[in-house]
Amino acid sequence: MKKLMTGNEAFALGAYLSGIKAGAGYPGTPSTEILMNFARYPGVYAEWSTNEKVALDVGAGVAYAGGRALVTTKHVGLNVAADSLFYTSYTGFKGGLVIINADDPEMHSSQNEQDNRYYAKFAKVPMLEPADSQEALEFVRLAVEISEAFDTPVIVRTNTRLSHSKGVVEVPGRAEPDPGGGVLDGVERYERNIPKYVMVPGFARQRHPVVIDRLAKLAAYAEQSPINRIEPGSGKLGVISAGVAYQYAREVFPEAAFLKLGMVYPLPRDLIKGFAAMVERVVVVEELEPFIEEHVRLLGVPVTGKDVFSRTGELSPEKVRRSAAGAGLAEAPPEAAAAPSLPARPPMLCPGCAHRGIFYALQRVRAVVLGDIGCYTLGALPPLSAMHTCGCMGASIGVVHGVDLVGVKDRTVGVIGDSTFFHSGIPPLINVLYNRGVSTVIILDNRVTAMTGHQENPGTGRTLMKDPARKIDIEALVRGIGFEKVDVVDPYEFKEVVRVLKEHLDSDEPSVIVARYPCVLSVRERKEPFTVNLEACNQCGNCLRIGCSPISKVEGGVSIDPSLCNGCGFCAKVCPRGAITA
Amino acid sequence: MAFTNKKVDILVAGVGGQGTILASDILAEVGLRCGYDVKKAEVHGMSQRGGAVESHIRWGEKVFSPQVEAGKADYLLGFEMLETARWTHFLALGGTVLINRHRIPPPSVNLGAAAYPSEEEIESVLGARAARVWWIDGTAIARKLGNQTVAGMVILGAFSKLLDQPGEVWTSVIADLVPEKFVELNLKAFGEGRGLPLPAQKKGGNICETSV
Repeated sequence: MKKLMTGNEAFALGAYLSGIKAGAGYPGTPSTEILMNFARYPGVYAEWSTNEKVALDVGAGVAYAGGRALVTTKHVGLNVAADSLFYTSYTGFKGGLVIINADDPEMHSSQNEQDNRYYAKFAKVPMLEPADSQEALEFVRLAVEISEAFDTPVIVRTNTRLSHSKGVVEVPGRAEPDPGGGVLDGVERYERNIPKYVMVPGFARQRHPVVIDRLAKLAAYAEQSPINRIEPGSGKLGVISAGVAYQYAREVFPEAAFLKLGMVYPLPRDLIKGFAAMVERVVVVEELEPFIEEHVRLLGVPVTGKDVFSRTGELSPEKVRRSAAGAGLAEAPPEAAAAPSLPARPPMLCPGCAHRGIFYALQRVRAVVLGDIGCYTLGALPPLSAMHTCGCMGASIGVVHGVDLVGVKDRTVGVIGDSTFFHSGIPPLINVLYNRGVSTVIILDNRVTAMTGHQENPGTGRTLMKDPARKIDIEALVRGIGFEKVDVVDPYEFKEVVRVLKEHLDSDEPSVIVARYPCVLSVRERKEPFTVNLEACNQCGNCLRIGCSPISKVEGGVSIDPSLCNGCGFCAKVCPRGAITA
Repeated sequence: MAFTNKKVDILVAGVGGQGTILASDILAEVGLRCGYDVKKAEVHGMSQRGGAVESHIRWGEKVFSPQVEAGKADYLLGFEMLETARWTHFLALGGTVLINRHRIPPPSVNLGAAAYPSEEEIESVLGARAARVWWIDGTAIARKLGNQTVAGMVILGAFSKLLDQPGEVWTSVIADLVPEKFVELNLKAFGEGRGLPLPAQKKGGNICETSV
């Protein structure tokens, strides 16, 4: 049966059909929906782990015990899980382990656009890269086979475009999973093997040559694997490409011969040399770094690559054509127009979002805000402009401690969301206390992992499988670490928030403020819209400075779009004239 | 099924929360059921936060890229005026625009730092590439039906008239993809759009035949 599926849906189906029975990951755009879809298949277990490193350790445990495991992460999540990637490369497993890693060229929803193909080379593990939804399904199944045949974790690389695009997938009529998955099926597969699984120096020294030898075998496999294929064309131009970039190249170079690589590490040396010998000129089209290009150059093959095609951002048919035309490789693009110059529409905090109250208060007290990753990072944008650093998950607390060591003339505060706090905020919070720090940290607790689409987390009391779970009590946790100054505020209570903020920020004691209100989208809270009495309005602009999209400047004051207003009433609380009412 | 169009490239543009993703899912599924190879691309993530959203839908005998190439879209379906104009450069010369007469001011306009372009300005931006610009009071029609979020379905209804796929394909896809309790409302909105009179043709344009 033919069905339209996103790349992420196809990955999930592929995992299910491979007999993978356990999946673990942490939400991260664009990877999130893989595990959400996988969790819906019968007879499987899936969890949101607290972070990607934990997820990969869980996956390793499943595979040590003989089960087949799926681990999902976005590209920067693999940084968090990198420690585990390297030891699992050495140990291998009894069962298969597949890591689906989603890169984000163009940084649609990320802080950088690192090319994670280098992780495959770095950790000496194989990497597959599908180019459409059909291959997404098939490559996961192949990854399980490779993992078990070569005793290695296998990374399947996707990106935002593939994960979130739909394509036609031939779904098997009888979608029965492979029986070899082995979680909780009562079959004992665990084997005790200390030299293989305990990576102390003496044993690890024995494992490294095994890994090198495995790489040679994988390279031999890559030479004859059907997923690395030559598509014949004119002898003039030969294009080497992989993943979604291949699709763009196929449109721009309809006459060319192609070497379409499904396995991007290790790369097939003889296949590439043979292909190069068939054509007059070799071009490599790949997104981000010159990963394939460098390999081809090392083989002594002259190649056109990043000298022509961009090393930054996402490719597109237009970008590939424009670059190729500039080098005389393709026809110039059709009579194109430049994008019209129009007012931009950046994302902003949703109408009714409780984070708005905290960031407006932080702006008012002129705090230097060391921020973190989540919806609330939008607090950095005008008109709030109330976040001053944001780097990666969990960075806020270590950074505020460091800033406080030097000192700045304004008040300072670290701000982190609930899910991010569970992910990587606890060790740096312990660090503040242990190292005699004085920092204040605000935990924005909106009771859900909102940014990635409202996933469960340790604070929600529910798991990915929708089972009830123990709610982790943030205040008890923080007090348990040893913080004595801990307060909980309702972010909509503007005056109270400012009072508590000043008290904490002016104190020399390390402290924590929990700002708690559930994400209004997540709980579908919507009240009657507010309206403006223009006669009372003195056009002070306070309500415009909270950055709420339904509020706009009009002749003689402001107006609130009732179709967009969530009815939270925060604008009424900052209006000095009482001109805004329900 | 065989249709006159060998390939159809469609861009749907709007603001998060306007239902562009549902509309593009419907467009993709209609293509599949009519025997085309289909790809559809969009970037999620910011869609619930009032940001600009665009979807690419491609029908063809064999579709490689999930993204439409700039300057090659046959149709631009805009659910919001400013967002429609924003994607003009994706339209093929001689392409067709369906534009919902509805404004959602972006932050810079709300703050008084920028002006929202007038209908004439938008028409002139679009007119640089489009053979026809079909203004549709989608939001007003949807409001009359009791829910302005189905404005996109009015646009789809109108769009369906420009292609030669039978109306039943569209209605069956809508019935399958829309949550059950909203099917009737969505079908009504689609019917309203399909019932709109076609606008006058600008010289040189052609409704059904698209470039190959």
